[in-house]
Amino acid sequence: MTFETRLFGVLRWVTIVILAIATLFPFYYMVLLSVRSQDSLLQHPGDILPKLSDFTVTTYTTVLKSVASGGDGLLELLGNSALVALGTVIVTLALSLPGAYAASRLRFAGRKQVHFLFLAVYLFPSILLAIPLFVIFSKAGLRDSLVGLLVVYVAQALPVSIYMLRNYLSTIPESIEEAAAIDGNGRLGTLWRVTLPLAAPSIVATGLYVFMIAWNEFLFALLFLVEDRSKWTVSLGLSQLAGGLEVPKTVLMAGSVVLTIPIVILFFAAERLLAEGLTSGAEKG
Amino acid sequence: MTSAHTVRNRPAPAEPPGRPPRRRALTLRQQESRAGLALLSPTLIIVLVVVVLPVVWTIVLAFQRLRLATLQREGIFGRFTLQNFAKVLGSADMWSSLGTTLVYTIGGTVLSLALGLVAALALRKPFRGRAFLRSAMLLPYVSPVVAATFVWEIMLSPQFGVVNAWGKSFFGWDKPVAFLSQETSTISLFGWHVHLPLALLVVIAFEGWRYFPFTFLFLIARLQAVPKELEEAALVDGVTPTQRFRHILLPQLYPVLALLSVLRFILTFNKFDDVYLLTGGGAGTDVLSVRVYDFLTAQFDIGGAAAQALVLAVVLVVFLVIYLKFFAPEDRA
Repeated sequence: MTFETRLFGVLRWVTIVILAIATLFPFYYMVLLSVRSQDSLLQHPGDILPKLSDFTVTTYTTVLKSVASGGDGLLELLGNSALVALGTVIVTLALSLPGAYAASRLRFAGRKQVHFLFLAVYLFPSILLAIPLFVIFSKAGLRDSLVGLLVVYVAQALPVSIYMLRNYLSTIPESIEEAAAIDGNGRLGTLWRVTLPLAAPSIVATGLYVFMIAWNEFLFALLFLVEDRSKWTVSLGLSQLAGGLEVPKTVLMAGSVVLTIPIVILFFAAERLLAEGLTSGAEKG
Repeated sequence: MTSAHTVRNRPAPAEPPGRPPRRRALTLRQQESRAGLALLSPTLIIVLVVVVLPVVWTIVLAFQRLRLATLQREGIFGRFTLQNFAKVLGSADMWSSLGTTLVYTIGGTVLSLALGLVAALALRKPFRGRAFLRSAMLLPYVSPVVAATFVWEIMLSPQFGVVNAWGKSFFGWDKPVAFLSQETSTISLFGWHVHLPLALLVVIAFEGWRYFPFTFLFLIARLQAVPKELEEAALVDGVTPTQRFRHILLPQLYPVLALLSVLRFILTFNKFDDVYLLTGGGAGTDVLSVRVYDFLTAQFDIGGAAAQALVLAVVLVVFLVIYLKFFAPEDRA
């Protein structure tokens, strides 16, 4: 073994450890602070090991309890977020599945232009969209409604969704569909009975990704919903909470944990699918 | 419409003789084209209504004197003026903001690519716990931006942040560093005083931390697809790790690296929430998108905000054109 080979053997492990700490420590710190009291944080800001004597869950009860009973009301906002995110997933999938099928299987006039359009939408600055949508929604009285927000999220998620589904559908051999067609299925029958079940993993991954887009979104929620507290999503509610000077940081961390947990659970349940869904097609460069 | 995709490129069967054709039957190709557009049309309509039309309207708005308060009275097509652009382009703040945006974008792009590449190389070979680490490393990317920025804010806080607490007890910092609200920090190196744009660097670091999982994901997928024979042959020839990286892996990675650079550049250039949540655009981090937001919500100057947003979009379109001209993968259609 040359010196260089050994050096890189060591460096590799050093890198792995540093990366692991850099990515995991902030989340560990988030959870740690969320179960401490504000006093113990102020007295020992450098402590990063849990102490049982400090342990408290009042941060969580404070942040989740309704405003009427003296809390910060995040539980109600969780409902809003779930509603918008699930709605976005359902509508996006319903619209993008036929679209992705068309994009992967059928040749039609304007196909190239459609690809370009979707790429452009994906890369477009959302702040640019925010202005006209803000004006239109203000005029139409849709500005503080969850439906308005859902429409925006669907439009943003559609291009990514079509891209992911299309890549996957292209890997399903057309001959399977042809066989089904010969057995007497129409195009819709083939799509429903053969293609969709085969594409199930990709549909799950895409749905998951769309859920994340909608659950994590902040800008449009801020622009559209900020005036009506009962409509806030968790992200918005939490950021508004941070504006208040009286809120202890440990309560903010409890709120952050509550905001992050649904995503982490979904993500670890379907991580492999998601990674493949996003990168399939990238291999060819 | 049935099974049009099974037979392609064949002309429609000739009309049976004797009966006058009522209407020319569509060729299978035409049928397929219609079906394709029909299946895509719901998506296209949504994208047109919620994305394309608003963008066109932004262009119209940018040429009007419009404030939110007067909007209800005035119609969509008011008087046109170049005043907004004169105001936006004539302001020194806007040019310094463009500079900040570029530094932030290039810094964030390079950092996320470099970290992603290092991570992909380090996690390439299997080891115990790799599967777990691989998913754990995606956490910064998938976690909600509000939660991620909060943790950073608290970690970096001068009063109770762990970074300052450790800096003071382990590195002998004499006073806490206000990472997110200090515009410049002067450090002395061998008698030289170097001014660092502190808050901007922190925001760039955040960008690198949050988005390296994205580049990591694509790079490790590509690394996994490098043909084994290539590396085995090189191994027999006794190449060192650096040579293997430079001459075998890197050429394989070029296309995806180019694609990722453009993607990350454009997405970072547009970024609003990360910077807004970390610094609110203060302390030398006033990127363009945050300026647009300020125009819109602090001054309710819709025309000004639209003009500002258009400047941002024009710069981007230039990059998109460059990308499509030089890097776009061949359409597999």
